Amino acid sequence: MMQLWIIAGVTFREAARRKILWTALIAATAFLALFATGMHFQVRDTHFARIPPVIRYQALSSILQIGFYAIDMLAVLMTVLTSVDSISGEIASSTIHAVATKPIHRWQLLLGKWLGFAAMIAVYVALVFGGVVAVGYFIAGVQPRGAWQGASLIYLECLLVLSLTFLFGTIFSTLTNGVIVLGLHGIAFIGGWLEQIGTVTESNRLINLGILSSVLMPSESIWRRASYVMQTSIARTLDFSPFATRSAPSDIMMLYAILYLVVVLAFAVRRFQQRDL
Amino acid sequence: MLGDFLPPTDHLAIETNGLRKEFASKVAVRGLSLQVSRGEIFGFLGPNGAGKSTSIKMLLGLVKPTSGQAQILGHPFLDVEVRRKVGFLPEDFRFYDWLTASELLALHGRLCGLTPAQLRERVPVYVDLVGLTPHRDRRLRGFSKGMMQRIGLAQALIHEPDLVFLDEPTSGLDPMGRHLVRDIIRNERKRGATVFLNSHLLSEVEITCDTVVFIKQGEVIGSRDLRSSPEGEIHVHVRAHNLRREILPGLSEWTNSAQMQDDHLSLSVDSMDSLPAILRYLIASNVDVFEFTPQRLSLEESFLKIMGEDQGQ
Repeated sequence: MMQLWIIAGVTFREAARRKILWTALIAATAFLALFATGMHFQVRDTHFARIPPVIRYQALSSILQIGFYAIDMLAVLMTVLTSVDSISGEIASSTIHAVATKPIHRWQLLLGKWLGFAAMIAVYVALVFGGVVAVGYFIAGVQPRGAWQGASLIYLECLLVLSLTFLFGTIFSTLTNGVIVLGLHGIAFIGGWLEQIGTVTESNRLINLGILSSVLMPSESIWRRASYVMQTSIARTLDFSPFATRSAPSDIMMLYAILYLVVVLAFAVRRFQQRDL
Repeated sequence: MLGDFLPPTDHLAIETNGLRKEFASKVAVRGLSLQVSRGEIFGFLGPNGAGKSTSIKMLLGLVKPTSGQAQILGHPFLDVEVRRKVGFLPEDFRFYDWLTASELLALHGRLCGLTPAQLRERVPVYVDLVGLTPHRDRRLRGFSKGMMQRIGLAQALIHEPDLVFLDEPTSGLDPMGRHLVRDIIRNERKRGATVFLNSHLLSEVEITCDTVVFIKQGEVIGSRDLRSSPEGEIHVHVRAHNLRREILPGLSEWTNSAQMQDDHLSLSVDSMDSLPAILRYLIASNVDVFEFTPQRLSLEESFLKIMGEDQGQ
């Protein structure tokens, strides 16, 4: 098992030394600065100050949801961009030969890399999620409900995407891998919208299309669940936007997402064990 | 069945039997059967596309054979644990360019199970062995191809393996670097390690190796023991009258091969010592000898002769 932790450690260090992570952190910082400025002006707005406090709190909470939505997207993109080259790139460049011929099982090599990225993504999500919570708390005085649960769900979404890039990385080239994973995430995103519109217009066909896309790729479902647990109870009944959720994906859908992640990772290990390097 | 046990043969570092690899469109290795003794410096020669790299990759578990059996150091070749005793320098060695030379060696040493104390002791020693001490804290990003080969060689040796695979170790190296590799290989022999060397530089192989095999299309088509015939294979051209087919079987006592056409006889022998006996045999067989010309073949000439017109394909 030692081998697995050695690979996890070197992968974490590699990911942390890549420009893409720092670029993503700079982008996230720029976003947080903009978000904080926007929140600040909104709070100081004189018209806004005359609105009854209950409504004002709801409005500020909705803005906070926009913040979470943005960092969710950033986290998913960062996950794909940092890990997309990890397996396929090392196979293509033969870098993997020096490690794979050491006394290490292929599953240890793959899961070690996965754990390294998972740790790096955990740091990233903690930083950017914490940033949004801090902006909400210190500038607007609003706190999300279920912040821990929300952060965990965003992290789960990233891990699911990470597992997919690992699976496709054992099969396709880096570019194809990235196109497929982001394409699947796009399908899930559109499906999530269709399901929400279907809920408002009571169209079962749209709802079913949305569910189908979630079965194919449950990432957006996890975000909508995160959004649901973090928004205020009034927003749950009134709000309708991509940043808020009218119908929350069920516990069964969350269990399905976890199972999906495990199965995808198991397939990645299996495929990596079978393929020639 | 892959990885089946062959009968235990403790004196062998490598034993393969009918190792075969088929890709979708072609057969890369038809059926590799060879034996490499422990402590031997073994040269693995063949033209481009002969299946050399695929064969090495199969032995190291990077490529799964379609069929065949192999043992490494007395263990099934797919046994991961046996790789604690195996080192490998891949052709065109590359690694994470953000690591320093010392960090790279420490990482590979740890993967091979070296303790922190062993790493502290060996990392500087092996950095020095490959002549990179001034660059030990530099990142690989700034390394030349030759420097990468050197550090690649160090990572293959740091755990003091019993068997080392070197795939084109001198590619990218200047004459000093080649000399260094030669010395390192000799040191490995002194240590008792077996070295499996794949190189295009036949002059290097000739200087370094104990045994060489020639492979073509993934099959062994010839071998040469450079210890018993260090001067190389000897080709003898004979021009004579009264040459007859009946004399050929009698020549096999001294020759590797004998071909006859009209008044010409071509013989291949391993040692000059057998020439008088051959001449006496021909005269005793009533052959009228007009010309008897021995000519030493270098490894390169042997290679070209064995590979024939397929060389370079």
